[in-house]
Amino acid sequence: MNTKSYKSLTKGTTYVVLIALSFVCLIPFFWMISTSLKTKATTFQIPPQWIPDDPKWSNYVDAFSFAPFGTYITNTMTIAVFVIVGQVVSCTLVAYGFSRFRFRGREVLFMVMLATMLIPEQVTMIPTFLLYSELNWIDTYLPLIVPAYFASPFFVFLMRQYLLTIPKDLDEAAKIDGANELQILWKVLVPILRPSMTIIVVFTFTNVYNDFMGPLIYLNSSEKFTIAVGLANFLSSRGAEWNLLMAASTVIVLPLLVIYYYAQRNMIGGIASMGVKG
Amino acid sequence: MANLSKSARREQRLGYAFISPWIVGFLTFAAFPIIASLALSFMHWDIYQPPSWIGLDNFTRLFRDELFYKSMKVTLTYSAMSIPLSLILGLMLSLMLNLKLKGINFFRTLFYLPSVLTGVAVSMIWLWILNAEYGLLNNFLSWIGIEGPQWLKDPKWILPSYVVMSLWGVGGSAILFLGGLQNIPEHLYEAAKIDGAGTFRRFWKITLPLLTPTLFFLLLMGIIDSFQVFTQAYVINGRGAGGPDNAGLFYMLYLYQNAFKQFDMGYASAMAWIGGLLSLVLALVVYTTQNRWVYYEAEQPTQRKKVEK
Repeated sequence: MNTKSYKSLTKGTTYVVLIALSFVCLIPFFWMISTSLKTKATTFQIPPQWIPDDPKWSNYVDAFSFAPFGTYITNTMTIAVFVIVGQVVSCTLVAYGFSRFRFRGREVLFMVMLATMLIPEQVTMIPTFLLYSELNWIDTYLPLIVPAYFASPFFVFLMRQYLLTIPKDLDEAAKIDGANELQILWKVLVPILRPSMTIIVVFTFTNVYNDFMGPLIYLNSSEKFTIAVGLANFLSSRGAEWNLLMAASTVIVLPLLVIYYYAQRNMIGGIASMGVKG
Repeated sequence: MANLSKSARREQRLGYAFISPWIVGFLTFAAFPIIASLALSFMHWDIYQPPSWIGLDNFTRLFRDELFYKSMKVTLTYSAMSIPLSLILGLMLSLMLNLKLKGINFFRTLFYLPSVLTGVAVSMIWLWILNAEYGLLNNFLSWIGIEGPQWLKDPKWILPSYVVMSLWGVGGSAILFLGGLQNIPEHLYEAAKIDGAGTFRRFWKITLPLLTPTLFFLLLMGIIDSFQVFTQAYVINGRGAGGPDNAGLFYMLYLYQNAFKQFDMGYASAMAWIGGLLSLVLALVVYTTQNRWVYYEAEQPTQRKKVEK
């Protein structure tokens, strides 16, 4: 076999494998959507119907009338907005400090910051909970929001890496024009920092959206629940009604899919470059 | 430092001012809780009564607690199964995603998708897929003539079920490997080709060694993450229970039970420390062996300088 046909053979095989894997990757979604449109009887039919002949769109209405998912989504979005603002602002300021200013102990402090990423969450969990209960913050959103205003090390690291690639000449030029440091950051650097800010926004959003343990521990009243906790409760009360559960899941996964669709280019590129420099 | 110029002192002040959010955060959300949790691990505290010092009692009790060992074993078994598999499969997938094929960006996007979708909704989908009688997986297995196991109801199969779920997100590590692959200079392969090295030799001698930093990073993250498994386990075992015969009692789940169901904060703090230390020790073991197997020399020195300033 000559090299050319050998090459097209491997190409062909790779396509076949990739397409097969795409199916594996997507089938859970199809299965979720398909189940969400079935009646109770067809849900348990074997072999399963992939496309229900009589899609039961009313499952979506039912799921929403059994549990206030609208409220849960609003709650989650409210938390997410505050957390995103806090994370972007604080991480930008801190990354700017670490990358553009010389001060005593800078390297040591930066190392300390990186080291805190290694501290397992469980070690700090209980005292943090007790701190919030001392502050009477239990059953409010404060425990879920306030920490975001103190810059998460991971994002600071990401943004600092990015800032270091931006030449300092830009800052100098603005300085000569009479800009102070905050103006330099806001007018010169922030527009350039947009890609890494997008990564922070998307990561923060998915983190808040998927966070389960935080809201589970800190929230008690059901009208304050986030989508994750609300959904878990829905599961335990409607355990066997898979069609309803999958309708709820479909709706809940949707915002993530939308965000992912818009941000994937930045995200995938950003993540791909992280591993090597991490 | 008295000999600093006025502008240098100003710069120093500004630097501290800009990083002050993190410093405050570090003191509140890292330094204080660490000290407090260490202190708590030597105390008895049920939240209702004031805490009382009990010395090493929490620890001695832990080491006699069967469920503590069980949850440790569950967590470690899970890591031992899921980490190597996700590394190998992630690497294989990334090799395919690195080929210059039409539409490859579509596949990259698609495979990364599941790792974005975690949490309760996804756990629920898997709960349904793994349903022993009506679930998709056993349905599929029966087409090819295999009678599927009881998955989540069988103590022997519950951990493999979790592994299957985690492998669905293998695209996440594949993307990281892909980043590593794209950093390998093409001329290395060309030189090896001229020397007559075949595909496999090139993989063993160039690709794999140059991917060791990514491998190392993923291994560390895998160890740390597996001690944090919570959401899936909580949802799948049913409201924080341990699953059949506690075979799905992950470390974090048992910790949660002790802290937030029994309100045994001292005991849970002791558990947090043991678990935290163990994952830290495992991470350190991996970290200290890196000289032996992680290669950094391919990084171009000029580029590196630029990044580190």
